[in-house]
Amino acid sequence: MEDVGNLMQGFAVALTWKNLLFMLIGILLGVLIGVLPGLGGANGVAILLPLTFTMPPTSAIIMLSCIYWGALFGGAITSILFNIPGEPWSVATTFDGYPMAQQGRAAEAMTAAFTSSFVGALFAVVMITFLAPLVAKFALRFGPPEFFAVQLLTFCSFVGMGREPPVKTIASMMLGFALAAVGLDTVTGQLRMTFGSTALLQGFDFLIAVIGLFGLGEILLTMEEGLAFKGKGGKINPRIVLQTWKQLPQYWATSVRAILIGCWMGITPGGATPASFMSYGMAKRISKNGSKFGEGQIEGVIAPETAAHAAGTSALLPMLTLGIPGSPTAAVLLGGLLIWGLQPGPLLFVEKKDFVWGLIASMYLGNIAGLLIVLTTVPWWAAILRIPFAIIAPVIVVICAIGAYTVHNNMFDVYMMIVFGVIGYGFKKLKYPLAPLVLALVLGDMAETAFRQSMLLSKGRMGIFWSNPLVGSIVTLALVLLVWPLISRMITALRAKPPAVAVS
Amino acid sequence: MATSGGNARGDIATRWAELVVAALIAGGGLVVVIDSVRVGITWADDGPRAGYFPFFIGCLLMIAGGVIAVETLLKWKKLAGVTFVTTERLKPVLLMLLPTIGYVILIAWLGIYVASLVYVGAFMRWQGKYSWVKTFAVAVGLPIVLFAIFELWFLVPLPKGPVERLLGF
Repeated sequence: MEDVGNLMQGFAVALTWKNLLFMLIGILLGVLIGVLPGLGGANGVAILLPLTFTMPPTSAIIMLSCIYWGALFGGAITSILFNIPGEPWSVATTFDGYPMAQQGRAAEAMTAAFTSSFVGALFAVVMITFLAPLVAKFALRFGPPEFFAVQLLTFCSFVGMGREPPVKTIASMMLGFALAAVGLDTVTGQLRMTFGSTALLQGFDFLIAVIGLFGLGEILLTMEEGLAFKGKGGKINPRIVLQTWKQLPQYWATSVRAILIGCWMGITPGGATPASFMSYGMAKRISKNGSKFGEGQIEGVIAPETAAHAAGTSALLPMLTLGIPGSPTAAVLLGGLLIWGLQPGPLLFVEKKDFVWGLIASMYLGNIAGLLIVLTTVPWWAAILRIPFAIIAPVIVVICAIGAYTVHNNMFDVYMMIVFGVIGYGFKKLKYPLAPLVLALVLGDMAETAFRQSMLLSKGRMGIFWSNPLVGSIVTLALVLLVWPLISRMITALRAKPPAVAVS
Repeated sequence: MATSGGNARGDIATRWAELVVAALIAGGGLVVVIDSVRVGITWADDGPRAGYFPFFIGCLLMIAGGVIAVETLLKWKKLAGVTFVTTERLKPVLLMLLPTIGYVILIAWLGIYVASLVYVGAFMRWQGKYSWVKTFAVAVGLPIVLFAIFELWFLVPLPKGPVERLLGF
């Protein structure tokens, strides 16, 4: 087994004292980010990215991905103890997690949440280990039409699988593409949409958008809701952990379903948030305790947490193998790789073996370390949440401003962060999804280049997207997903009609 | 602003917010289309011109904005009582947003350390009603910690102003 050998080599890369230290720092920072409102996986990694520019890429990506794992774990703490989802993907965890905390079973709920997060992530990493090299090898044969097709699939699946209204998803996505087009066109050297402004020459950096949309936007929303953190105590002792672990195996079916949903939603970029809701809904429908969901069922914690972590982890598979991130955080990590001069995509697996397998090995280690760390440090994080918002809010804004500035050492970016913050607030309130905007901003140039190259190959005929079975089936699948909301609406309409009509 | 329906005076109705955002999206689409036409949406000898791809994007933006506007108008009556944000809840949002805008302007003028001190201090004092001692401790402590992390540890320079110059940095 070549992959196992590669993985072992990866462990050798990841298991140096220095990298283990970065892993620890990453997890701790990540949990902190996950616990604090206004700082999430995506913008947390975005803010810390400039600090890693001077580090060796392998250590840097290990630390950044550990921040991501930490943030995934951290979201569950606030959901269960405070009924406040620290991250969008832990909203579904509040449904049963908080009632459990109210009944005095907070420790049980948190153990279940952390353990199922770990299980979900572990299976996703195993999948990445064995699937990623295959996908990468396969993708080596991709030409521009195939790459554009995969990107089309990425964006269409947002429309088809998102929880938000499809038109709003499209609007948000196109806004991302439009912003990505601002600045110098690399192919023709022409300036687009700069309107004579020198500040716009460089275009919009998606890191700024991420910090504004998810950071400042979230703070504004939190101010509106006027949050006062009144939570349950968060003590965990080993006895309860062991008791809960004994209980967990009986819910294996729920976990397996959650893992499948999570991996699927992570690879096709539905993302962790819809995965957690889908998994919760599915568990509720199938479980024999379904009617008691929402009153503090442990299954109601296992299902969304497993799926969210599986999705969050498997989102890195398309990022590494195709250069197409499956979630905003994966997009930020991709941005980091580009800054370090590593071009994600199939060639990465051939040219930078050490880096890729070091990263994959660190996913195993990071999740084990993450589980142990969160289980032992929960009370501290709960204490952090008791710091009043009047201190936390301005400090987070200061951190966001520094993050925005350090991306390019540019004040204009800080102004733009505020603009994006206001957009984020408005969009969230009107149910426009933010993830498509960010992904379109990241992938905009790549998608455009792939499209233009395809058009060059075919001399402007769209037929090239059906020129071979591979590209044809991807494009067709993408278009089906695009119109899926219409199809499903039609199916419901047909079912709603009296059966006599349906027979005739 | 509509005051009919269930909205109290001065509250922003969701349907108006929807319309304004839809108009902004469509307007943005129009800007993209106009600029794409300017740089050329047709083919040159060496392939598609710079506006070829963005032109489609602009069109889709205009269509999406239009559809959202029409959908809102179709549901106009049904949305009558839905509030985007009440005046009462808008206040804390503005109390966050406006000082933040001021803060960013201050950064350009005084550098990030002094601006952060003023911003965090003012926020804690006026909104959190903390004692001067506590406010001072956090507001002065934060820039010092930031300075240590960014300038000394990671060697990332942050914007500095007259005060830092006086201190010799």
